[in-house]
Order: sequence, then C-alpha cells, then structure tokens
Amino acid sequence: MPQAPVIDLAIELRGVHKRFGDVHANRDVDLQIRKGSIHGIIGENGAGKSTLMSILYGFYKADAGEVLIDGQVVRLANSRAAIEAGIGMVHQHFMLVDTFSVLENVMLGAEQGMALAPSAAAAREQLQHLADNYQLNVDPDALVGELPVGEQQRTEILKALYRGARVLILDEPTGVLTPQEADQLFRILRALREQGVTILLITHKLREVMDVTDSVSVMRLGEMVAHRETAETSERELAELMVGGSVDLELNKSLPNTGEVLLEVKNLGVRDARGVQVCRQISFNIRAGEIVGVAGVSGNGQSELLEVLAGIEPLSAGSFNVLGQEVDSKYKINPKTLRSLGVNHVPEDRHRLGMVKPFSAAETSILGYHDDPVYRRGPLIDGDKVTAHCQALMNDFDVRPPDPSLRSAAFSGGNQQKLIIAREIEREPKLMLVGQPTRGVDIGAIALIHRRLLALRDAGVGILLVSVELDEILALSDRILVMCGGELVGEVPAGDADKAQLGLMMANAREVENV
Amino acid sequence: MILADFFNVLDAALRVSTPLIFCAMAGIFSERSGIIDISLEGKLLASAFAAACVATVSGSPVLALSVAMLVSVCLSLLHGVACINYRGNQVVSGLAINILMSGLTVVLGIAWFHQGGQTPSLSPSARFMPIELPGAAAVADVPVLGPLYSGVISGHSVLVYAAFLAVLFTSWVVYRTRFGLRLRAVGENPQAVDTAGISVAWMRYRAIIICGALCGIGGTYLAIAQNAGFSREMSAGQGYIALAAMVFGNWRPGKALMACLLFGLLDAVAIRLQGVPMPIVGQVPVQLIQALPFVLTVVLLAGFFGRSIAPKAIGQPYSKDR
Repeated sequence: MPQAPVIDLAIELRGVHKRFGDVHANRDVDLQIRKGSIHGIIGENGAGKSTLMSILYGFYKADAGEVLIDGQVVRLANSRAAIEAGIGMVHQHFMLVDTFSVLENVMLGAEQGMALAPSAAAAREQLQHLADNYQLNVDPDALVGELPVGEQQRTEILKALYRGARVLILDEPTGVLTPQEADQLFRILRALREQGVTILLITHKLREVMDVTDSVSVMRLGEMVAHRETAETSERELAELMVGGSVDLELNKSLPNTGEVLLEVKNLGVRDARGVQVCRQISFNIRAGEIVGVAGVSGNGQSELLEVLAGIEPLSAGSFNVLGQEVDSKYKINPKTLRSLGVNHVPEDRHRLGMVKPFSAAETSILGYHDDPVYRRGPLIDGDKVTAHCQALMNDFDVRPPDPSLRSAAFSGGNQQKLIIAREIEREPKLMLVGQPTRGVDIGAIALIHRRLLALRDAGVGILLVSVELDEILALSDRILVMCGGELVGEVPAGDADKAQLGLMMANAREVENV
Repeated sequence: MILADFFNVLDAALRVSTPLIFCAMAGIFSERSGIIDISLEGKLLASAFAAACVATVSGSPVLALSVAMLVSVCLSLLHGVACINYRGNQVVSGLAINILMSGLTVVLGIAWFHQGGQTPSLSPSARFMPIELPGAAAVADVPVLGPLYSGVISGHSVLVYAAFLAVLFTSWVVYRTRFGLRLRAVGENPQAVDTAGISVAWMRYRAIIICGALCGIGGTYLAIAQNAGFSREMSAGQGYIALAAMVFGNWRPGKALMACLLFGLLDAVAIRLQGVPMPIVGQVPVQLIQALPFVLTVVLLAGFFGRSIAPKAIGQPYSKDR
C-alpha cells in the first residue's frame, strides 16, 4: 500500500545550487514548506535568500537541484512558468509601472485578448472580488506612482492573486512601511492563510518572524542552516543561527551627559529641485553628548533635512547655526567648511555620496580629506601613507577583508559602511550627522556600528541620527524627533517612547492631535 | 487671392510633413519600448535609396515600397542586435547607422547608376502619383470648403493619407491593445515586464521592427512620391526633426502629429516667402527664411507643448543582474 505523505507540502526544494561567477549564492539548499502556512526565511544580507526566491520565481535558473510544487517536480524556466505553477512574488523593489493605473499594472502580462478593453473590464470585476475577500482595497484607477508605499505593496499582492497565486513570496515587505502599515500587512497575510494561501516571508527582522510566521528557516552564507517551528524558538536563538556564533544584541547605554548646544535649527524650510517644499518650519537643537534620532517613514523630508545640514543642498527658508557658524538661504555652507568646523557626515546613500565604487578601499578611506597635508608628499598623494592609514582604520573597525588595495565595491555593505564610519569618526568630529548607518548591513556589523556611535556620544560628540529603522532609533537615541510630510510632528524623550505611539506620529500628524 | 495662397501653403505643408509623420510614429514605437532611435535619419535615407533603386529597375512602386521597408527593418534589427543583445550604447549605434548610410547610399548610387550619387529620374508609372479623391472636381466651386477639399485634402499621393492612418494605427496600438500596454511598460520598467512573465528582448525587437517598417514607408515617400528619384543626402536631417517632434510631442502620437504638421507648415511658409518682399524689412535673405522654420519650431513647440517626460527606462540596456 502506497504511503500517503504525512504533511501536505506546498513547496519543496531539493539540493538547489546557484553560482554567480565565483560567488556560491546557494549551496545544496533543502526546504520544505507546508501548505497554508506562513513560513519565514531569515538570514543576513548576502545569505542567499533573495537568490533562492528568484529561483523559485523562475527569474534565475538553478545550476542544480529540484523544485517540487504540490509534490510534483516542476521546471521553472522563466517567470511565466512560475506564475502558471501558482507562485506569486512581491519583490523588495516593487515591480510596478509608476505611470500606469493600478488596473493596468494588475493586468500587465495577464491580459486576456489582443484588445485591452475587455481585459480591463474583467480585471476590474476580479479586483472588486479580491478586495471583498481579503480587505485588499486599492482604487483601480489611481496612478501607482502617486499611491503611498503601503498601497503600492497591496497592488503587488493583488497582481499576484489576480494571476491565481497559491504561494505568495514576500521579499523584505516591511522595510518601507510604518509599524501600523506592517500590522495591516500581517492581517492581510493571515487572512490569506485562512483561505489556504501559502506565504513565504523573507526578512531580516527577527521580531516579525516571531510575530507572524508558523515556521522559519535560517540561511547563512548560501546554506540552509536550520529549520524551526516559530513557537519553539526565540529571537536570540535565531540571531545566533543567522550569524553562526553568539551575538551580543544588548547595548549598554549610559545616561547622557549633555553639554553646550552644537546645532540649532530655526524654522528651516527646504525646496527640492522641482520647487516642491519638502521640509517646512523645522526647529530643534542638538547638544554635545547626546544622540537625537529622527524617525519617519522614508520620503518624509528627513533625507533632505540631512543633506541641507551637511551642506550638500541649499535651504529655502529659516536658518541653522552650527558650532557658531550661521547658515541661511543667502549663505550656503560648503561641506568642506563644515568638515573643517568639526561636522562630519555619514550619508544615507553610501554608494552615491559616501564612496566611489571603483576606487580602492585606501582611496575611499581618505575621500573628502585627500588634500590633508598628512597624505601628501610634495604635490602628490603619498600612496604608502594612505594605505597605512586605511590599514589602521580597517584594523580598528574590523573591516573584512582587511585589504586596502581591494576595490571599494568588492566589500559587503556592512564592511563598506564600517570603513566610511571609521573615516568620519577618525577625524574626531564635534558633531556627527549620520544617515541610515545600518542600511544593508549585517547583524555583526550593526552591533559594532551601534557601539561605536554610543562611544562617540559618551565622548561628548553630538549626533544626529536619521534612520527609517525604528528599532535603531529607539536603541540609540536620547531624544526622538518624528517627521511626517516634511514637518516635525513631535519630540519624544527616548525613555518615554513607545513604538505604537511613534508609528502613529510617523503615519499622520493630525491623527495624533486628535487622540 | 490670400485664401488661395493659404491653401497652397497648407497643401505644401501636408506634403512636407509626411516623412516626418512616418518617422515620428516609428520613433514612438522604438522609444516607448526603451530604445533610443537616432537612426531614424539613416533608415529614412537608406529606404529612400532602396525604393528609388527598385523602382528604377522594376518600375513597380509597390515592390519598391516592400523592399524599402525590408531594408529599413534590417537596419532596425542591426540596431537591435547592438542595443538589445549586446547592450551597446544606443546613441552610438544609431549614429553609426546614420554615418554608414550617408556614405553607402552615395557609393552604391555612383557604382550602380553613374550619376554622381543620384538615381535616374523615374517615370510616373514607377512612382506613387497624386490621386484625386472622389468628388473633388464636383465640389471645387463651393466657396472656401470646396478649394479646401479639392486643393488641400485631395490630390496627394496615397502615402500621404497612409501617414495619417499610421498615426491612428499608432495611437490605437499604443493605448488600446495588449501589445501597447506591454510596450509602454517595457519602456518604463522592464523588470516589471520580465517578472510578469514577458520577454523584454522580444518586446523590444517587435517594437523596433514596426519602427523600421514605418521608416521605410517614409523613405519610399521621399524618393518615389515627393520626388522622382534619389539624390544624395535627400533626407536632409528630417529624421532628426521627426525625433525632435516626437520628443516635443511627449512620445504621444497625436501630439507628435501636431508637432510634425507645425514644422511642415513653417517649412511650407518659408518656401513661399522666399524672394517675396516683406513689409518694413524688405526682402529677407533666403538663408534667414530657411532657418526660420527651425527657430520657430523650437520656440513654438517649447511654448505649446511644455516639458516632455521621457519613458523612464529609455536608453538603458536591460539585464537581469542586480
């Protein structure tokens, strides 16, 4: 008598291998996912999660191994095959056409005939149906580019469901959401699970895994290292599995010992290149020896604020006073002048502003300070000194591999960031402007960066920390400023801050006033 | 007879605009798919030459049109191989085609026909000749509308009418069909198209094949409808003007048509004004008048059409690697 399978599996991967050149992105990966469950896949950046999911979605082809869907071996030669096999994917960077309506985006690739009109009518009806079943409400005629991120994400989910997805893969879905939007997403995911949809959630946020998943798999360096039932594991265990050793997630934060005011911002206003007001009436100050965190959903003016304070973009109204230097709309300060005053900047986008990718690590390590006579021999740059300097920074900040001659682009995100932060800290700033210090950075490096920033604060440096990671803001800040729609909507002392309240403030200023 | 003069100018404007309209529509297909097509100029020239050669040898305008379209499509495919398969720079590839065609048409023309790069003058039977629309003679005496119909609208080559049909065709395909939806998507966000299970390369190839075909009609018109043979550099920058009209028209068929007609009108006015003394300033040098359409086009188009927004992924070769 043939033995019936004990567990009903939606997806099974057997021995999947994938190489990109020298990089072994997936190494002998096995994975089993129960039908109708929410399954988390966690791992650090570069652990191979996204590659694995792209294989499952037919975007990449595996070098070896098998994919089974509902117990049948399938060949996923391209995305179309995956869609036909019932797999839908919500990518980290949405695969939406901004100039199209929600309806057009949902239809794209799943139209029924040559003429558009009948497909559009059918899609409209189907969307209404999905909205009723799963509380997935999005205006079908809205332009996607004008929708808030949360709704864009819902459009992506609708796209997958419209194509009849029975397995939904979500790649880092909460990175761009407020805590409330994330909660709403999780409600939708649970509703989908009730309807028998299998959900694969890829994330590096342990808390989410604990909150929403039924089971979880951990990846490290391209390998699947562990499978756990969520109920039987803990955040600490998962973190250790991800890193492959014990991690110290605790930060020992002493009470702040604040001194004089270093930065005073008065009614600051900023307009972007198109003349749109992106910051208005912003006032706050930073004292020596404290970390002031700026929380907010990405795109609410905090990036522009940081660039203005760093002297990169001009301001349009108000003024700020930094270490005695007054800056207003008539006097635009130069980043170099700021550096000579003792204001150093770790930019949000390290690839755009923090480094030059084809440069060697040694060159990156003196970027912005290249005309310092220390690195000069006559009119030329002294390569040996620069290399020695970079080597010292690398040793101090545990940059791996510690090779100053390697191209900057060859380092992982975390190691690039460590080098940039090392470069700025080494100049002994009085005031540090830090943007997204741990974006795309692995857990080990996050802990190191956080400790260094706290040490800097304890040494009496004032720090402005702009981050979209609320956990990071809560862990480091002494005071938290919340930005929404280009305005400062509130200030909370770190001790009193709670995530739900901050989330509400980030989502909508007016709601908070009415509460 | 100001009205008659005006109608004459309109009539000429339609004739001058026709190759521009074909090229602008061709450009819309290519650029909406994300491929910059600066080689409209080269394709126009090459297909004009091909049409003239085939018409000279065979005497059949229809065969000439077919071969011209084929030649133009082949050049499109060459551009496609460079830009889609080998992810080359689209401007450089286009420019290479233009330079190549500028030389090749003259060299082959001299080698084959020994007339300094020109092709022999064609007899009417080997050309697309003006056709009279039904009822043109009958309504000619009706005031205003009569001359408008018989003098301006009627009496063009069939390819002039085809140009307007090409605009309707383009508009319908781009906005009302599945192919059009995917075409617009692939120029905005090719990854979205790829993840929707559609081949980006195949979409782009189909777009540039249509582009080549339309250019081929434009070139045919130039050589064997508007003129009676090929002369060296006869495209004279019209491919570039069409490209500009398409950009000013915001990559939309209707607006691009308007831009082409506006340019054609100014060109026709300039031809009409040559040697005519103007009030106050007297007789204006020919060169100034010839420059006028270009200057006015830029000024008027910038004023009327506002800022144009290109398809987002234009000019970027697509690859799956991140």
